[in-house]
Amino acid sequence: MSDLRDLYQQIILDHNRSPRNFREIEQPDRTARGDNPLCGDRITLYVKLDGDRVSDIAFQGSGCAISQASASLMTTTVKGKTVNEADELFRRFHAMVAGPAQKAGKRESLGKLAAFGGVRDFPARVKCANLPWHTLHAALQAEAKTVTTE
Amino acid sequence: MEASRSVTSLPQVAPQSGLDVRRVRRDFPILATQVRGKPLAYLDNAATSQKPRSVIETVSRFYSSENANIHRGVYYLSEKSTAAYESARAKVQAFVNARHPHEIVFVRGTTEAVNLVAAAFGRSAVREGDEILLSQMEHHSNIVPWQLLCEASGARLRVIPMDDAGELVLEEYEKLLTDRTKLVAVVHVSNSLGTVNPVKEIVALAHERGIPVLVDGAQRAPHGPVDVQDLDCDFYTLSGHKMFGPTGIGALYGRASLLERMPPYQGGGDMIRSVSFEGSTYAPPPAKFEAGTPNIAGAVGLGAAVDYLAGIGWEAIRQHENELLQYATEALSSVPSVRIIGTAGEKVSVVSFVMQGVHPHDIGTVVDQDGIAIRTGHHCTQPVMDFYGVPATARASFALYNTRDEVERLVSQVRYVRQVFG
Repeated sequence: MSDLRDLYQQIILDHNRSPRNFREIEQPDRTARGDNPLCGDRITLYVKLDGDRVSDIAFQGSGCAISQASASLMTTTVKGKTVNEADELFRRFHAMVAGPAQKAGKRESLGKLAAFGGVRDFPARVKCANLPWHTLHAALQAEAKTVTTE
Repeated sequence: MEASRSVTSLPQVAPQSGLDVRRVRRDFPILATQVRGKPLAYLDNAATSQKPRSVIETVSRFYSSENANIHRGVYYLSEKSTAAYESARAKVQAFVNARHPHEIVFVRGTTEAVNLVAAAFGRSAVREGDEILLSQMEHHSNIVPWQLLCEASGARLRVIPMDDAGELVLEEYEKLLTDRTKLVAVVHVSNSLGTVNPVKEIVALAHERGIPVLVDGAQRAPHGPVDVQDLDCDFYTLSGHKMFGPTGIGALYGRASLLERMPPYQGGGDMIRSVSFEGSTYAPPPAKFEAGTPNIAGAVGLGAAVDYLAGIGWEAIRQHENELLQYATEALSSVPSVRIIGTAGEKVSVVSFVMQGVHPHDIGTVVDQDGIAIRTGHHCTQPVMDFYGVPATARASFALYNTRDEVERLVSQVRYVRQVFG
């Protein structure tokens, strides 16, 4: 079952069990919704901005372990980053789970997010890992439409 | 996979069935597939069934030696092709015990069958203020076509409620039957719960008030006999691919008197008597509802599937599947924090379940690692998911070729899911 351990790494199971920043932010500067109706993965993202810096970020929602852990780890990683830095992380996360194969070194530069590197071997689950990030992207671009990665 | 031992120690719930499952499995080439070095355990039969060699070979033989368009050529091959197509119709007629072959309309599947009735019957018989009566456990394909009809006509939908076991509440059903009700459309067997509905009683109650009834039989056909005369229903739908036939072919049974009165569904070749720019006249049923070149090879393949089922016999299938159902229900219930969704008194071999704290998709991914294919999601029955307050379920659905060993493997993996997610 080594393949499964690649997907469900301890840090992912931990963030699924006890998601960080799982709350609503009163009067957020940005908010966006992500919904994968076929899966049933749903998240609402709240972002507080201080200039172009993400001063607070939180989410609520329900779904599979991959989508919930991805949202949780995303919030812990993005908090304190600038909008540009967050978008760069989005781009690199996306490349890691869905882009062409990469060298291990590139993953390491993503820190804890590298835990999602195993997702690429489970094509049906890529959309779960990506949903929170696409939702963040929409929030930062101030797009009103609900996001989906299905 | 130590957990499997505790499963095998469960008491035997039924005697050995009369079905020679090993022989049956040899009829289905795909069942020999290896998934990541493990034998495939295909437990998603409610989504689509696998095909026996006889169906595959019949379709192949048709294209190799009988293919031509039907109902027009005067040449040898066209006559052969037409005979094969019409012989398949006769087989489906016998399968559902319809009075006449022209009561069988070939369609793409149940979805098209329901759309056909919603469009053709709906257009001619449903007006503003009328009501279409459905049930809480309908598949989206028996909801959305009626919503489209309601939007176009100003009619509205009413819904027969169900109880926590997943059984329809017939007392409420009776109250919903009024002089505004123009049609009852109800599923014979629920794809997400496995419930077998008392459709004969449902039809009788509607007929007392002169209301026609459509029965969605997609999930019934692979599990038991269908007798439209005994049910006395007015429409009955089949999907070939769910009953060991090809995809893209199905059948609508329609009572002859209703089919005759209904306007056409689609216009085109084969459904006309004569065409001029001033106007056209239509062929009688079933041709009236089969515009264009149909899925001829699919129909012939469906005929082979009907023959295959007849060769096995319903009693052997029923007994075998019932054993699998009871065994799977007991064994899955014994896994900590697993809850079975759908506990009706009469069920086919479909077991939907949820596990506390674990999303069904994660269950699906874990069991897939052991080569076990189950369905996770809402199964195109979102109102059922809403009723139980769950976003999705994991669903194992068994067919005649599944084995007790495959159920054990599933249960063992579901125990492992519990371990992984703590």
